[in-house]
Amino acid sequence: MFAWSLELAWLIVLLPFAAFALIGLFLHRWPRLSASVSILAIGLSFALSVLVAAHVFLGGMQETFEISMRWLAMPGLNVDMGLLIDGLTAVMLIVVTLVALLVQVYSLGYMHGDPGFSSYYAYQSVFAGSMLGLVLANNFGQLFVFWELVGLASYLLIGFWFGRHSAKNAAVKAFVTNRVGDFGLLLGILFLQIIFGTLNFNGLAGEIAGYTNTAVLIAISILLLAGPIGKSAQFPLHVWLPDAMEGPTPVSALIHAATMVAAGVYLIARAFFIFSSTPEAMTLIAVIGGFTALFAATIALVQNDIKRILAYSTLSQLGYMVMAMGIGAMTAGMFHLMTHAFFKSLLFLGAGSVIHAMADEQDIWKMGRLKDKMPITTWTFVIGALALAGIPPLSGFWSKDEILLSAFAGGHIVLYLLGTLVAFMTAFYMFRLIFVAFFGTNKGGEEAHESSAVMTVPLIILAVLAVVAGFVGSPVMNYAFGHFVTYPGAVHYEPNTVVMVISGLVAIAGIVLAWAIYQKQLISHLALRQRFKVIYDLLYHKYYIDEIYQWLGERFVYGTAKVLFWFDIYVVNGIVNGIAALTGGAGRVLRYTETGQVQTYAAYMLVGVIVIVGLVMIAGFTLLI
Amino acid sequence: MIGLQQYLLLATILFAVGIYGVLSKRNAVAVLMSVELMLNSVNLNFVAINRYVVTDQAVGQLFALMVIVVAAAEVAVGLALIISIFRQRKSVNLNDFNLLKW
Repeated sequence: MFAWSLELAWLIVLLPFAAFALIGLFLHRWPRLSASVSILAIGLSFALSVLVAAHVFLGGMQETFEISMRWLAMPGLNVDMGLLIDGLTAVMLIVVTLVALLVQVYSLGYMHGDPGFSSYYAYQSVFAGSMLGLVLANNFGQLFVFWELVGLASYLLIGFWFGRHSAKNAAVKAFVTNRVGDFGLLLGILFLQIIFGTLNFNGLAGEIAGYTNTAVLIAISILLLAGPIGKSAQFPLHVWLPDAMEGPTPVSALIHAATMVAAGVYLIARAFFIFSSTPEAMTLIAVIGGFTALFAATIALVQNDIKRILAYSTLSQLGYMVMAMGIGAMTAGMFHLMTHAFFKSLLFLGAGSVIHAMADEQDIWKMGRLKDKMPITTWTFVIGALALAGIPPLSGFWSKDEILLSAFAGGHIVLYLLGTLVAFMTAFYMFRLIFVAFFGTNKGGEEAHESSAVMTVPLIILAVLAVVAGFVGSPVMNYAFGHFVTYPGAVHYEPNTVVMVISGLVAIAGIVLAWAIYQKQLISHLALRQRFKVIYDLLYHKYYIDEIYQWLGERFVYGTAKVLFWFDIYVVNGIVNGIAALTGGAGRVLRYTETGQVQTYAAYMLVGVIVIVGLVMIAGFTLLI
Repeated sequence: MIGLQQYLLLATILFAVGIYGVLSKRNAVAVLMSVELMLNSVNLNFVAINRYVVTDQAVGQLFALMVIVVAAAEVAVGLALIISIFRQRKSVNLNDFNLLKW
């Protein structure tokens, strides 16, 4: 069934790139036409992706589908361009094309009248094409190329309003921070090429299965892991993601919540055979993920900017996914990636709708009873928040429960408790946001109005998905998700009622606590803030990580720069200038031998002849001949 | 008995006198004459060595004739230059001709 769609899968990547080229070269004068071309391209990609996914999931495709051609050949390094389609790819294709399509439609309303409307759609297209190329890649070389391209698209879109200083700086910060991670990734890829002689995923899987040098595998795993740490904004390279919220909100929804930041998680899943070959690497992944999840959730508790709360929530959920990878629950991690893509893009688009209506106001305390003015936005937002909080039977519940179950049943009790704590905090900070901004008593938002249909329809579609997307991985549908997105030797744990009930209860507890503090105001949040001022300040300033990096940067980077500057000025310049001065000085002295007197020259000549004759007489004639 | 050695000794003395004149005379005409002296010492060498070493050939004599011809041409050009420079500077003192210096 639909087997022909696999042969056309390359079109999924090519169409958005073609749209980018068309807009960039010819259509940028006509904003509406540019937008239509871009949306048409991603729409066709989505349709093709659905066919591919249908073939993979319903057509019962057993083996993976791969086509490949040589792109670059040199001694010791061959890079191919190809397509690899299996369950993992199919899931990512659906998620990326669907969210990208909805976001592009939504942007018609959100970006309406922006002077850069055409370039916005050009960038969106280049992002969509690169992201699809990344998930379809069949080798590390191609993956790295598209990995950098999505980074470029992210840079362009974060800095889209480059007139603002903060946006410009945020774009640079995102790019530079990612550079750190990508350097490690590139080194890891080069090591793979040097040691195993191939970059193809399937080829490497075979090679690594028979490889026994654990130290090398650990080193490669850690180097490769640097890529996901940068791209998926894990501690300590997480600092760029909250600042990336300077971009237009639909961009935050698509790139910095649903797809690009999930690319790191996807890479871990795709290269799971490398990471899972050494328990040390897995432990490191789990610890980084778990720490990021908790770390970001605590920061989200006290932020006031609606997009920053969501940004820290994204960090926290990405940490969840990475932690799932680390405890070996690759399926659960990918499942959470999918459900998270839907409900988090829903939340971001909802926030965008609010920001649009509030004339670019992002402080939740300046909002108020938005539910009366913007009912559709409010209720879709609530659905997204419920899904994120993990209230059954919404999608977030199933995926989060799957991760917690894997941690619990896999014997990672500390990580399980940590995950449950994070689930509680997640519910709390999301409903803090909702009670303050949508159901609050503040006067803000009087002039707000519901957004137009191009913005609300994507919200409704995503809300439906946020509700139902979880069923594909739930006992209701017999864990269909896990049958397709899996790896050899995967363990599936039987559902555990205790884990389910606890995760449901902590989510409800978080909501109730938020309701008590921010809606009923049984406890004054201002008093709490006073009472725990030290902790509050620490969290509000994001653990001062940015300040620490700033300080380190000034100390070490500027310090090194000063030393090198000194070296350059006094040593390098000194040598160069010294040689010049020596030549000049010698010339200045020796020119006095040029007297202009022809007899002096004759005397020099005579002396020269005498010297030569003298030498010949001492050394004999043989020297001359 | 006058042999090769005496001829060479005479040539050397002539050459040394020529060099002395070239290096120390201030008068350009005298310098030119000293150059002629050096050339003639060389001519003397050519002829003497030809007479004592390769008696069956006359290459040395021929070469001496050649040098005399070239020297005549050289003196003609040199004197022309000196006359020309004398018309400019009203002097044949080499100390006055040091324009081409640092």
